[in-house]
Amino acid sequence: MTEVLSEQVGRGSHGGALLEVDNLHVEFRTRAGVAKAVNGVTYSVDAGETLAVLGESGSGKSVTAQTIMGILDMPPGKITGGEIRFRGVDLLKLPEDQRRRIRGEGISMVFQDALSALNPVFPVGWQIAEMFRMHRGTSRAEAKKKAIELMDRVRIPAAKDRVNDFPHQFSGGMRQRIMIAMAIALDPEILIADEPTTALDVTVQAQIMGLLAELQRDSNMGLILITHDLGVVADVADKIAVMYGGRIVENAPVHDLYKNPAHPYSKGLLESIPRVDHKGQELYAIKGLPPNLLEMPTGCAFHPRCPYRRDNCVTDVPPLYTISGTRGSACHYWREVIDEGEH
Amino acid sequence: MKANTESILEVRDLVKHFPLTQGIVVKRQIGAIKAVDGVSFDLHRGETLGIVGESGCGKSTLAKLLMALERPTSGSVRIHGRDIATARGGELKRMRRNIQMVMQDPYTSLNPRMTVGDIVGEPFEIHTDVVPKGGRRRRVQELLEVVGLNPDHINRYPHQFSGGQRQRIGIARGLALQPEIIICDEPVSALDVSIQAQVMNLLERLQNEFNLAYIFIAHDLSVVRHISDRVAVMYLGKIVELGRDAEIYESPTHPYTQALLSAVPVPDPEGRETRQRIILQGDPPSPANPPSGCHFRTRCWKAQDICAEQTPALEARPGSDHPSACHFAEVRDVVNAQ
Ligand SMILES: Nc1ncnc2c1ncn2[C@@H]1O[C@H](COP(=O)(O)OP(=O)(O)OP(=O)(O)O)[C@@H](O)[C@H]1O
Ligand SMILES: Nc1ncnc2c1ncn2[C@@H]1O[C@H](COP(=O)(O)OP(=O)(O)OP(=O)(O)O)[C@@H](O)[C@H]1O
Ligand code: SF4
Ligand code: SF4
Ligand SMILES: [Mg+2]
Ligand SMILES: [Mg+2]
Repeated sequence: MTEVLSEQVGRGSHGGALLEVDNLHVEFRTRAGVAKAVNGVTYSVDAGETLAVLGESGSGKSVTAQTIMGILDMPPGKITGGEIRFRGVDLLKLPEDQRRRIRGEGISMVFQDALSALNPVFPVGWQIAEMFRMHRGTSRAEAKKKAIELMDRVRIPAAKDRVNDFPHQFSGGMRQRIMIAMAIALDPEILIADEPTTALDVTVQAQIMGLLAELQRDSNMGLILITHDLGVVADVADKIAVMYGGRIVENAPVHDLYKNPAHPYSKGLLESIPRVDHKGQELYAIKGLPPNLLEMPTGCAFHPRCPYRRDNCVTDVPPLYTISGTRGSACHYWREVIDEGEH
Repeated sequence: MKANTESILEVRDLVKHFPLTQGIVVKRQIGAIKAVDGVSFDLHRGETLGIVGESGCGKSTLAKLLMALERPTSGSVRIHGRDIATARGGELKRMRRNIQMVMQDPYTSLNPRMTVGDIVGEPFEIHTDVVPKGGRRRRVQELLEVVGLNPDHINRYPHQFSGGQRQRIGIARGLALQPEIIICDEPVSALDVSIQAQVMNLLERLQNEFNLAYIFIAHDLSVVRHISDRVAVMYLGKIVELGRDAEIYESPTHPYTQALLSAVPVPDPEGRETRQRIILQGDPPSPANPPSGCHFRTRCWKAQDICAEQTPALEARPGSDHPSACHFAEVRDVVNAQ
């Protein structure tokens, strides 16, 4: 964090978490209609903490992340409500030049698809070095030296010899490491990793997750890990936010959620995964399909698929009920769900 | 699943090398990509054989060889004892009818300009004797119903369905000719967890109903365990270990299988601090230039001189009943002993 930014953004004296997303609303205005992609998302992450954001395809995980980063496509996207506070200051109210500073130095992001996120016509070392030149005005030679150090740090073998290679000359796992190198180049306080291992084999996934954990430990970063893999979440998360239809339907510390979920959707997810450590019977399958964002179901968005549904679920939108200081569930009947006992 | 031991598919020493060429005007062959490099196994009636391995190890190429969509460089694929490579005319057609495929990507594997009815009924155009022309529409509707789709949607187009529904369309098409064998190449990889469970339950139900045999290819080891009776682990074009589900998952003997299993994250945070992990270094080598002897030796922590000199055969080794291609095979439970 540079001097200027620390002044601008205040220094941790605001009492809240390092990054707080508060009741965020984002919609897309398309020819087919208004797609309500994010409908009141609230989550937070502190230094050194790992928040896992879990949810089906289209539930708004990436759109929330893009809004935090300030890289949302606008139009068609439009932020219709809420705040994103970094050290207590609402980023949505900052002018673009200040936000650009925060991108990379305060908060940075690793994208799902490393091949398309890297520029194919420039050497990878040049792309990493560019981070230093743009943000810090570092000299060409110095920036290249730093690029090699970073490639070493993310364990690209023979980094010195490979600094001038192009993205296509690296394997998928190595490209993802290079993306991580770029993301941590400026020592961000928060790293958002959007499905960083989805396209990779399990052995490579294990390497990358290990690397992220190590980097986080060394620099006390806050990590937002977006994923649909319940195994990865169980491995690394401190706390979890489960998204459905653009909302947080449950948030909980990792052990609580796996032991005793408080929302029918999280419960259904946990029951529907096959496991490598024992051979199960028939899988529980959540019936039906995810909601159409153009025509969100009335009341609770999960009601067409929910085995706990009662009449009022169709009309009343459940608020995120507080279960304890660290837990919440957006289900009118969370007590019943949680009472069904330990997993 | 009560699989009996009648082999309906026998694969022997199957090899597929793709030529590696150089030059634009005059192409010279400078080597070969050994995509499938000597694979043998049997498939029994009504059973599921899972095939796992990392990207590029040859799973899809193997599937195409079994479907006779690629010609093998050498080796044989026999269905009910008849070699598919030497069959001609009516016999080849009957053999092809008996083995069908469901593809990975529900978004691109269906022709967007054909209706669901045309897609599912297309096999009847080639195999005209299966259902008389007048009965085809009804048969297609029955098939849609079997896979849990609304038969009234027969005139809709693929884009009007979700990913999971499209995968059902692919399965309905695979069932159309009442095959004995269905090859599923990553059938649930592109689907959300909640939809994945729906499709896997459907595949299991259909297997029981029609006594189907599956070859189930996937890189997700949990999914494979759930559905398979036996599992083959592939590395760089070869099967390195083959056994019943419990043999592979609870007493694996090949270091690669052990590493693969130990890398799978378990969806339970209890005890994660003390979990032991085998983290493999590096990526798999190129199949154009595999290491001598044991292909895995460049990443293996147990490698000795002999591993570079002698290719380990896939055979049962002391201390275990199922075949493993490692000179130093020894049981190690990496999944439960964590
Ligand atoms: N640029 C855009 N224009 C229109 N709609 C968009 C745009 N970007 C995202 N959306 C819509 O917003 C919704 C939420 O998308 P988002 O990418 O956040 O989902 P996600 O939870 O990240 O899903 P996945 O797991 O598939 O990555 C989707 O329905 C998507 O179609
Ligand atoms: N038509 C082809 N020409 C040349 N090489 C090929 C061809 N098809 C496949 N290969 C190569 O053969 C090897 C095996 O590929 P294959 O698609 O069978 O792997 P896979 O195990 O299915 O991988 P994935 O898990 O990524 O689908 C790869 O190195 C691939 O690049
Ligand atoms: S509010 Fe009602 S429909 Fe929604 S999850 Fe709870 S019980 Fe189910
Ligand atoms: S044969 Fe040697 S190199 Fe290959 S897996 Fe066994 S110990 Fe490792
Ligand atoms: Mg996304
Ligand atoms: Mg494949």
